[in-house]
Amino acid sequence: MPLSSDTTPVLLEVRGLSKSFGPLQALQNVDFTLRAGEIHALLGENGAGKSTLIKLVTGVLPCDAGTFRLGGVEIAPRSASDALQAGIATVYQEVNLLPNLSVAQNLFLGRQPTRFGVVRQGEMRRRATALLADFGLDVDVGAPLGSFSVAVQQITAIARAIDLSARVLILDEPTASLDRHEVEILFRIMRQLARRDIGIVFISHFLDQIYEISDRITVLRNGRLIGERPTADLPRLELIRMMLGRELAEATGVRIAASAQAPRAPCASFEGYGKAGYITPFDLDLRPGEVVGLTGLLGSGRTETVRLIFGAERADRGHIEIDGAPARLGSPRDAIRHGFGYCPEDRKTDGIIPDLTVRENIVLALQAKRGLRRPLARREQDEIAMRFIKLLDVRPPDSERPVGLLSGGNQQKVLLARWLATAPRLLLLDEPTRGIDVGAHAEIVRLVRELRDEGLSLLVVSSELDEIVTYSDRLIVLRDRAHVDELRGEEIAVPRILAAIAADGEVRTRGAAR
Amino acid sequence: MKFRSRRGLAQFVALLVILLVDRLVSPQFFDLRFQDGRLFGSLIDVLNRGAPVALLSLGMVLVIATRGIDLSVGAVMAIAGAIAASLADSHALPLVLAVALGAGLACGLWNGILVAVFGIQPIIATLILMVAGRGIAQLITEGRIVTFTSGDLAWLGNGSVLGLPAPVVILAGMLIVTAAVVRGSAFGLLIEATGGNARAAELAGVGTRATLLAVYAWCGLCAALAGIIAAADILGADANNAGLWLELDAILAVVIGGTSLFGGRFSLVLAVVGALIIQAMNTGILLSGYPPELNLLVKSVVVLTVLLLQSSRLTAIASRFSGGKP
Amino acid sequence: MTLKAIFMTAVSAALLFAVPASAAQLTVGFSQIGSESGWRAAETSVTKQQAAQRKVNLKIADAQQKQENQIKAIRSFIAQNVDAIFLAPVVASGWDAVLKEAKEAKIPVVLLDRDIDPSGKDLYLTAVTSDSVHEGVVAGEWLAKTVGDKPCNVVELQGTVGASVATNRKKGFDSVVAKHANLKVVRSQTGDFTRAKGKEVMESFIKAENGGKSICAVYAHNDDMMVGAIQAMKAAGLKPGKDVLTVSIDAVPDIFKAMADGEANATVELTPNMAGPALDAIMAYKDKGTVPPKWIQTESKLYTAADDPMKVYESKRGLGY
Repeated sequence: MPLSSDTTPVLLEVRGLSKSFGPLQALQNVDFTLRAGEIHALLGENGAGKSTLIKLVTGVLPCDAGTFRLGGVEIAPRSASDALQAGIATVYQEVNLLPNLSVAQNLFLGRQPTRFGVVRQGEMRRRATALLADFGLDVDVGAPLGSFSVAVQQITAIARAIDLSARVLILDEPTASLDRHEVEILFRIMRQLARRDIGIVFISHFLDQIYEISDRITVLRNGRLIGERPTADLPRLELIRMMLGRELAEATGVRIAASAQAPRAPCASFEGYGKAGYITPFDLDLRPGEVVGLTGLLGSGRTETVRLIFGAERADRGHIEIDGAPARLGSPRDAIRHGFGYCPEDRKTDGIIPDLTVRENIVLALQAKRGLRRPLARREQDEIAMRFIKLLDVRPPDSERPVGLLSGGNQQKVLLARWLATAPRLLLLDEPTRGIDVGAHAEIVRLVRELRDEGLSLLVVSSELDEIVTYSDRLIVLRDRAHVDELRGEEIAVPRILAAIAADGEVRTRGAAR
Repeated sequence: MKFRSRRGLAQFVALLVILLVDRLVSPQFFDLRFQDGRLFGSLIDVLNRGAPVALLSLGMVLVIATRGIDLSVGAVMAIAGAIAASLADSHALPLVLAVALGAGLACGLWNGILVAVFGIQPIIATLILMVAGRGIAQLITEGRIVTFTSGDLAWLGNGSVLGLPAPVVILAGMLIVTAAVVRGSAFGLLIEATGGNARAAELAGVGTRATLLAVYAWCGLCAALAGIIAAADILGADANNAGLWLELDAILAVVIGGTSLFGGRFSLVLAVVGALIIQAMNTGILLSGYPPELNLLVKSVVVLTVLLLQSSRLTAIASRFSGGKP
Repeated sequence: MTLKAIFMTAVSAALLFAVPASAAQLTVGFSQIGSESGWRAAETSVTKQQAAQRKVNLKIADAQQKQENQIKAIRSFIAQNVDAIFLAPVVASGWDAVLKEAKEAKIPVVLLDRDIDPSGKDLYLTAVTSDSVHEGVVAGEWLAKTVGDKPCNVVELQGTVGASVATNRKKGFDSVVAKHANLKVVRSQTGDFTRAKGKEVMESFIKAENGGKSICAVYAHNDDMMVGAIQAMKAAGLKPGKDVLTVSIDAVPDIFKAMADGEANATVELTPNMAGPALDAIMAYKDKGTVPPKWIQTESKLYTAADDPMKVYESKRGLGY
């Protein structure tokens, strides 16, 4: 039951927005329309461009091209405070208020009621109490903000924004750390604000919440606008297709048959392996010469599975057998000793060491594996680095360049080289093609196949369905931090995957994952 | 190659310029003569007086490369000096050295445990020992200047090898040992990886905890050695003043040596050069005959100049104006 | 310890006969700063000796360099209703309130070693301190007398820049130099009152003054710097005490050792015995109501090689310097 229709006045109109970071096009000619009194969900996987869009709209980043009109008037915010003055306020998951100050002080920061230059504490408290009462919140406004729950802090931030006469309210993952009850309070306030003709942009990856609260949905993927639909007219399956797949026909056509060999004995088997609050226990066999795909929506437990297998998180239940013998994976070092390698999703924070050279980044894991006392001679290092630079076509082919200066695709190749140099038996690749230009993308996909054919075992996470179906011999579908389906052979097709992801199973609650 | 060729040039040029300025304020600056079998001259003074801070900076540079900092080195100097001076007249030199160096190592390990195991921010973790360490040293000396007469220990501060003062020889030895440990093994790479991106290093299999423990321990050891030399130099341990504020000189030496406080790349040799730059400046000030009220002012202006010389942004601006290549 | 024990036994034996029967035993509370230097430790032990000699019951509170601890200690002395309070103030200001409390309780306060801000002038009975300008004068006069009419280039090792003791000791010495045309301070640098810096600065003086050949005398604001300077001179092949005259201030034990070895010439004592005159003033005040002068200046005694330095060294060694 949408509260707004196409006839309600447009509040915020964004046209032709583009932004690139170096060679990477983060947003490409994106339009976005927010109407007065509507709750508009902005959806997309990691790297789809949601946060870039928000940062451009709120003036945190300058845009390369595009226009903003607020209430029909063109605006060009150059900073967050510019945007706030224009009437666009943002509330982040990590509330950016001052936890040491009282709730009242936070509400009136920078505009305290004064008389003869002296802050009128009583007046400020009275007005703060009244303001929060509007939002159904009854708290001691004199207590420090930090002493309250995240929900109260968020509502305080929202109240401050509204009191600053914001007309557009952007809520960035506000429910990520709220419990069910708090989510309900937040939703009630959101509806109340929408009735006052405030436009709300709601970012979340909880689909149930999207369907519960939003009037309209805009989906981004790879920096492009995929579509804008009224929530009521958009079936869940269709939404997931918009988020993950390209066109169905395009995707199903390119599947390459898996290797025809009979399955070999697993090199690693996990049984009932899991961690409370992190990932529901799963069973998984990984075999040489096989690519296992992992897919699901953001937050479904893809990365969590891989990190658990690599020992970056410690499991609290289940068993592992490696080559048929019981093993323990308490740390990445354990995993590396067993011949595992891991290219993480977030290359910048978890992967590369930007100041070090390409050569040093490549030999790092091998050197760490060999130990301190068996240093690789400089000549060996050069030889290894040049071999992989050639093999993976790293550009520029300069082993002494700091890796931070390379493009995303070449950084990814350096990380792959780091693990290939250790002669691994199992490679864990988390979103290996994310944020990479098209050419490098195809190369990485080709490499995955080649490594499989050389007898490596690969576990690849990807949210690009049309990509993952092309190389997966088996495909595991995740939902709500659990492995919910395993597809083999001919079953690995985009419609089948979408169905598995969209299957309306148990109610999504955070409690279940904990 | 082209990314490293200029590295160190600024530091060596700065050292040269300061030495030349020293020559201007003091005409006999470069004079060297032999006396009683040892070299004698202001240049030797720079090396000899710079040795303790250079030793500190050898340990400090490794800690800073891991994105840490060690504020306790001055206090550790005082502890090691106090121990050495207290034992010198009653025990043999090897035992004296073993106990004093062992204490430094223990102090370093303590810092390392706080940082690596308990995850306390390095500046806070080492601040604890910076404050408590001087107290420990004062307990050892009972607040007095503990003097000794042992010629063995005194040699470490006043002796000479082939005409060079013992502290300079010890510094050279420690530089070689540290370089061998750090660059001869894979330790240097692991340190730079830990400092450059600890999360990524851990995921690449680097034992970041062990690496941190090791660098803080080494830093403690270097500080103890510096403390022993300082005590040997004045034939006594002055717990109140030994190493006082030298942690700041050591940090400055490392920064002048081009190692970023944000961790990552480091250079042992340039850290030592940084310490010598500071000492060349100190010695120059002492020789100049300016009133001591100007000491700190002169020092800060020179340090600022050296750091600006190194600043890549300034180089870029300068080259834009001169129209040359960056 | 043993030396002290024997000494005390002897003294108390003597006192059995000497002390007039009328003197009731006094109790004095002493708020000491702490033990930040050897001199301070010596002051504490000398104060104990002096109290024992006079059969005064002494209570010492160590403030560990904190004013708040000193204020607490004074309040506790007031509560115990002691007969007098000795205070070695860690800072000059912030004493008015607590000293008023003492005055109201009619407990006389004597400042030891350091003075406080003039606002508290009428809140204490007297201050026993040394005159650090005078110390510089004594050092200068010794040098003037020793060199006679010969020209003499002096190098000066100053204390910490900005410290009042350093400023005063320089001022006193300079005033004597100004009166003697043959004396000339050719170099003056700070040695921060420490041995290590004293040695380093002296090394540079030697280089700057033609290998030390043109230096006639060294004046150091404290003995510790002089001990370092003597080492530097020896390393440069000079003979301190003979080629180069030395005069410094404080009279710590180590300088007497150097004097005994012929490597130092003179030192001016900053006596650790502040308590002796203070106790005498208090006893006179209590017994006869004699009000002492507002400032009791301690003696700045000059020691030279003629004063049997080894004996002084032995007597001072046990004091905790």
